[in-house]
Amino acid sequence: MSLKIQITEEKLAQLYGTMEANKKKPGPLMPTLHAAQKIFGCIPLPIQKIIAKELNESIAKINGVVTFYGNFSIEPKGKNIISVCLGTACYVRGSQGILDAFADELKIKPGETTADGLFTLEATRCIGACGLAPVFTINETIQGNSTVQTAKEAIRQIRHQS
Amino acid sequence: MLERIHILICGGANCAGGGSKELWREFNDQLEKRNLVDEAKTVMTGCFGLCASGPIVVVFPKEVFYEHVGVADVKDIIEEHILGGRVVERLLLKEKVDKSKLKIYSQLKFYAKQKRIALRNCGSINPLDIKEYIARNGYKALGKVLTEMTPQEVIATMKASGLRGRGGGGFPTGLKWEFAAKSVDTIKYVICNADEGDPGAFMDRAVLEGDPHSVLEAMAICGYAIGAHQGYIYVRAEYPVAVERLQLAIDQARELELLGDNIFNSGFSFDIDLRLGAGAFVCGEETALIASIEGERGMPRNKPPFPAARGLWGHPTNVNNVETFANVPVIFLKGADWFRSVGTEKSPGTKVFALGGKIQNTGLVEVPMGTTLREVIYDIGGGIPNKRKIKAVQTGGPSGGCITEASLDTPIDFDNLTALGSMMGSGGMIIMDEDNCMVDVARFYLDFTVDESCGKCTPCREGTKRMLDILNRICEGEGNAEDLDVLERLAIMIKDSSLCGLGQTAPNPVLSTLKHFRAEYEAHVFDKVCPAGVCSKLTNFVVTDLCIGCTKCARNCPVGAIQGKVKDKHFIDLDICIRCGACKSICPVNAIVSKPMEKGGEVSV
Ligand SMILES: Cc1cc2nc3c(=O)[nH]c(=O)nc-3n(C[C@H](O)[C@H](O)[C@H](O)COP(=O)(O)O)c2cc1C
Repeated sequence: MSLKIQITEEKLAQLYGTMEANKKKPGPLMPTLHAAQKIFGCIPLPIQKIIAKELNESIAKINGVVTFYGNFSIEPKGKNIISVCLGTACYVRGSQGILDAFADELKIKPGETTADGLFTLEATRCIGACGLAPVFTINETIQGNSTVQTAKEAIRQIRHQS
Repeated sequence: MLERIHILICGGANCAGGGSKELWREFNDQLEKRNLVDEAKTVMTGCFGLCASGPIVVVFPKEVFYEHVGVADVKDIIEEHILGGRVVERLLLKEKVDKSKLKIYSQLKFYAKQKRIALRNCGSINPLDIKEYIARNGYKALGKVLTEMTPQEVIATMKASGLRGRGGGGFPTGLKWEFAAKSVDTIKYVICNADEGDPGAFMDRAVLEGDPHSVLEAMAICGYAIGAHQGYIYVRAEYPVAVERLQLAIDQARELELLGDNIFNSGFSFDIDLRLGAGAFVCGEETALIASIEGERGMPRNKPPFPAARGLWGHPTNVNNVETFANVPVIFLKGADWFRSVGTEKSPGTKVFALGGKIQNTGLVEVPMGTTLREVIYDIGGGIPNKRKIKAVQTGGPSGGCITEASLDTPIDFDNLTALGSMMGSGGMIIMDEDNCMVDVARFYLDFTVDESCGKCTPCREGTKRMLDILNRICEGEGNAEDLDVLERLAIMIKDSSLCGLGQTAPNPVLSTLKHFRAEYEAHVFDKVCPAGVCSKLTNFVVTDLCIGCTKCARNCPVGAIQGKVKDKHFIDLDICIRCGACKSICPVNAIVSKPMEKGGEVSV
């Protein structure tokens, strides 16, 4: 399963713009990778090559850094990103069950994207909303005190809307 | 014109997740509609700490504390309270401790044993407005330091205060500053470690979001003391609100020339930039953090040389934690002696904890060092919900360990928690009850460290994986008699030989649960039973005669495996049951128990 990413002229110009600004500061790589991830939704090899050339680093080095950090991805993600918190507070209140419920409903494993590109399921570490445990987020909106039912309901709603 | 009434709306992470932004908008809309903007002012504050009651609204001057406020309640608060002068009874906080309804914010039991130093402004000021920080003596300490003190005097004060690093290690902050000051170099750096990665901890987040200027001010003071002119805050990308507020705070401070060139006309210049983490727990370790800022893979290196000698881009660097910094301005305003008067002799001051897990008042608490665990859990935290019994307290996150009920009267400080086989850590405090399986908890933490190990040194990369394999087997019912010994041996080896703190502490959750809950491990290994009913392969859920037939379990079963009529004993069809345990935790009379499986998967009732 592979989703298409769009590398448009406009997005490329944006990337070159940020690199230009970042190069003036010490340690330009991490801010550049954050920008690239945001602009393209992922950092695939063609983008890594551009960054390597522009920042005067080897592709191996760029690839090494990109793959080290959990927030950077090489493959594009689905339209809706569902993250279930597996931080301790959520875990002891049963968030593993919520994650299983999502996996069951979407028929994918954590880290995967549905074939229609609608959902990516992720397990995330503490998002600092422990008071609402167990929580999951759909595209940065936090859903607290969640249950297997609210999880499945959330999926149904998104499917319904699209 | 001065407003008569202030409406404080908690904008902390938990309340925001519960919709406090919408609440804020609704208040403003309604006040405008009724022409009350000159009468009442809304303030979106940082975290109040009592997250379990969120979203929280406090109305001044009478400090009326409202809990679980929704958009639909705004009208009542405005009509009854603001216009009518009567409190809205139904929204008042119901205290978990004695169920009485109290209304005065400062008199709530939750706050009675707390002392807010690091969190002094959280929940009291608008973090988006530097003027509110200044109105509360903000940047006064920096002014005093720059105009009245020498760098040596600053360091002497820090040493006298006895402040110890709140990032986990507890190293004396004054001493650390002195090392960096003594390193000779024209370029030095100050780094604030805001990578808060311990799962279950959100203390630093609250400070960054609720009082960002306190960190900036302290970093500038540190810069002056050690001779640095540039600071970096390395903050998790998972905290977008903190990032936004820090940037705003930096911009505001620059505008008022509290950062930048020639601060307070003293000739001292200092500026701060943000750097974002990218989802690697190990980057909380200071040498890995520095590598990450430099644009490398975030892998730790051997110490010494310590960052104070060779840090960022090879220059002397002082790294401190967010909460450590948040304490600094107060020390200069009130004096080192005052700071020492709080807490214990060896651990002066306070510590912020993120209370979570099986506890009534989940939230953020700040207590003087020396407060006992029991006081935190019962007097402040309101005890364990659903009449369950406490089983363990976990502190120190994946580096820490479990403390049992027998030790609850221990006064909290760095040394006492270490002596109990746990550690202070950064401040996560997770309460577990009888429904938590300690083998599973150990497995959970190890799963975390295996995931987050950077792979540089073998003991941590391979050793933790082998330990996890064993724990997984035990939880699946395939453990054998040797496993516990092998676990212990591996644990000690990994502790002794890992490169950085990640590996050196990774076995702690296993060791401490093995020490205190060995019987539970043995039940898994020899009897093939998970007494807590968590490990699904070792559990069957059964309804006992205590059942009152309330149907609650049947209605909450996600797969419809429970049958029974109202007022009749219910029955779980084990062929359909997915062993999620939802029925057991929801049963009001504890009628559902997990039973061991017998050979062949049959259940004995
Ligand atoms: C694996 C690992 C993770 C760490 N994570 C953090 C963290 O998230 N925040 C933090 O302040 N310190 C963290 N530390 C401790 C730092 O290395 C360092 O000791 C600390 O930032 C020093 O600040 P302090 O003296 O003010 O506590 C971590 C250490 C290790 C070994």
